[in-house]
Amino acid sequence: MKNDIILAGVGGQGILSIAATIGMAAVETGLYLKQAEVHGMSQRGGDVQSHLRISDQQIASDLIPKGGADMILSVEPMESLRYLPWLREKGWLITNTNPVVNIPNYPNGESIELAISKVPNHVTLDAEKIARKLGTARAANIVVLGAASPYINLEYKALENAIRNIFKNKGDKIIQLNLDALKAGREIAEGKN
Amino acid sequence: MQKLLLLGDEAIAQGAIDAGISGIYAYPGTPSTEITEYVQRSSEAREKNIRSQWSANEKTAMEAAIGMSYAGKRSMVCMKHVGLNVAADAFVNSAITGTNGGLIVVAADDPSMHSSQNEQDSRFYGKFAMIPVLEPSNQQEAYEMAHYGFDLSEKLKTPVLMRITTRLAHSRSGVVRKTSREQNEVSFPENLRQYVLLPMNARKQYKALLQNQASFEEHSEESGWNEYFDGQDKSRGIIASGIAYNYLMENYPDRKVPNPVLKVGQYPLPKNLVEKISKECDELLLLEEGFPFIEEMLKGFLGDCLNVKGRMDGTISMDGELTPNSVRRALGLKTTEGEAVPELVTPRPPKLCPGCSHIDSYHALNEALQDFTKGRVFSDIGCYTLGALPPFDAINSCVDMGASVTMAKGAADAGLIPSIAVIGDSTFTHSGITGLLDCVNDKSNVVIIILDNATTAMTGGQHSSALGHLENICKGIGVEEDHIRVLNPLKKHHEENVKAMKEEIAYEGVSVIIPRRECIQTAKRHKKTQKTENVKTA
Ligand SMILES: Cc1ncc(C[n+]2csc(CCOP(=O)(O)OP(=O)(O)O)c2C)c(N)n1
Repeated sequence: MKNDIILAGVGGQGILSIAATIGMAAVETGLYLKQAEVHGMSQRGGDVQSHLRISDQQIASDLIPKGGADMILSVEPMESLRYLPWLREKGWLITNTNPVVNIPNYPNGESIELAISKVPNHVTLDAEKIARKLGTARAANIVVLGAASPYINLEYKALENAIRNIFKNKGDKIIQLNLDALKAGREIAEGKN
Repeated sequence: MQKLLLLGDEAIAQGAIDAGISGIYAYPGTPSTEITEYVQRSSEAREKNIRSQWSANEKTAMEAAIGMSYAGKRSMVCMKHVGLNVAADAFVNSAITGTNGGLIVVAADDPSMHSSQNEQDSRFYGKFAMIPVLEPSNQQEAYEMAHYGFDLSEKLKTPVLMRITTRLAHSRSGVVRKTSREQNEVSFPENLRQYVLLPMNARKQYKALLQNQASFEEHSEESGWNEYFDGQDKSRGIIASGIAYNYLMENYPDRKVPNPVLKVGQYPLPKNLVEKISKECDELLLLEEGFPFIEEMLKGFLGDCLNVKGRMDGTISMDGELTPNSVRRALGLKTTEGEAVPELVTPRPPKLCPGCSHIDSYHALNEALQDFTKGRVFSDIGCYTLGALPPFDAINSCVDMGASVTMAKGAADAGLIPSIAVIGDSTFTHSGITGLLDCVNDKSNVVIIILDNATTAMTGGQHSSALGHLENICKGIGVEEDHIRVLNPLKKHHEENVKAMKEEIAYEGVSVIIPRRECIQTAKRHKKTQKTENVKTA
């Protein structure tokens, strides 16, 4: 079993908390993990990505080979497309649809939608809207994780536990909010919503 | 034993704590910053009284680490690759003095220049100084090499260089902890002239270093970090150093490489092992993250004594970091990629945060300079370097830390008036002060703008050595008080800020302007901690 996931977004959107959640769940499950993060220059509103690899075998490379990713998990629609060369055949693209428009020549929404729809396995969702309904748009990243969760080889419970762990210093309310966010995302992916 | 999920940087830090360091010295720099930050956050390190505050620059850090080693305790000093240029004088001479307490220098290289000005490979510095170099391939090795490195340093009485690269520094993985040991007691070097590099003494010390080379090599030969794996297919042998080894293994899912492989993790190069693989195989493929360091040594000057493939013959590109795919191509295996990036995807370069004080400073500066031809603003390294990009197009140089001040001086000396320097507060105390002294002594006609956001923002908001000292430093050096102007870079003060800048540009002498407003990111963080503290005390 292996899951190679490219996490994508814009600096400041919180892809590292998604990574931390999956990472913790994987380690609790007894799996091997490697997770290459981007620190430094590009965190200033630039494009950021993280290579997250979990496996029941030892993992060699910190980077996922091109054509080897099982999933692109993105919190921004244009960013989800930047890493297509990494996605393997039949891999999943899961992305939030709320654009971060911080460049003058941001492409129009329809062309992005069209490009995403060409990926055979994809899930798109307005994660901010869902998160706002639950209380705060800031939980959008966990909503996206929820939508990706059926396609990651981890028990849903393990993800829940990881969230409890990661947000434990922030109080019960924030924990519950993120658990709800995870669930809402999952239900979208399972077509319950 | 306990298993931790650690970045490569953090693994080194935990390794150093467990190996019994008494101090870690560093100036921040991507991708090395998280080593020192980990020690600063570690409650264990606090209990053990391990000192870990930031130094003013890499040279002061290196020298303090040498001093701690002189006093018999173990010390580690960390920097990004270009930081080793700054520390080079102390570093190279520390090889001549040798050590007392164990001393490890960590240099974090940044091939592909994710956050750097160049791709220099620190292994050359290790060879230049003639000391052992360790190059871990994964987080567990990084952890264990800290222990091993201190043992090696104390046994051989030499500083040891640990060289890592971005992908190891910033990648997280499980690390199994080993036992931890006590710190050393304070002790004097056996010979109280060991550190006196007067020529007559330095010659002796240097001869000793030369004699030690054989022993350094012997340790490489026997070290578990250099490993020979046999293979059936001798048409090619593969030498892979550091994390290049991982990219090699990635291409053999069953982890069985058909060719003989020499995994290199310790230098000087183990001559016997290299000889063995080159004798056994028809051709050698060199996989190295960084410059073709081993490759060049094997090829020799004329390049034809061995059949060597690698970066120098174009099998792998000369620039940029390795990837699983580039190594796959070099191995001659079939590569597959996903779909191409759709054309509509546009670059998203980093930019100054909304509300950043540098934005207001650049708007004011651009307006103050609008009557002059462009190309007069020398700048430096930090968040404010983003002022080179639209919409500001405000600066014309970024070379090395501190160079803004001295380049502006040189240009003014050449007759380019006005010449302006734009430098951050942390960069100024790193390397700008001595340049400003040159300006004052020469009565140069320059305007030095110190953008004071009260932190080292670019690398994540570390404490700035400049905090609370800037005006006094400038005064102390001899800048006239009337020409040290502190501004508040806010939109509502725009007009008066432009006026002040124009006045100082018109002044024929050394002016210092300090636009001062806290970094928006650290301000947010401070507000948050303030809030929680208020809640706690309420
Ligand atoms: C010799 C050297 N050391 C460290 C660095 C890494 N580095 C780049 S910018 C920077 C911080 C700059 O801080 P400051 O001058 O206060 O500017 P700010 O980012 O806060 O605007 C550091 C540490 C470097 N590029 N070169």
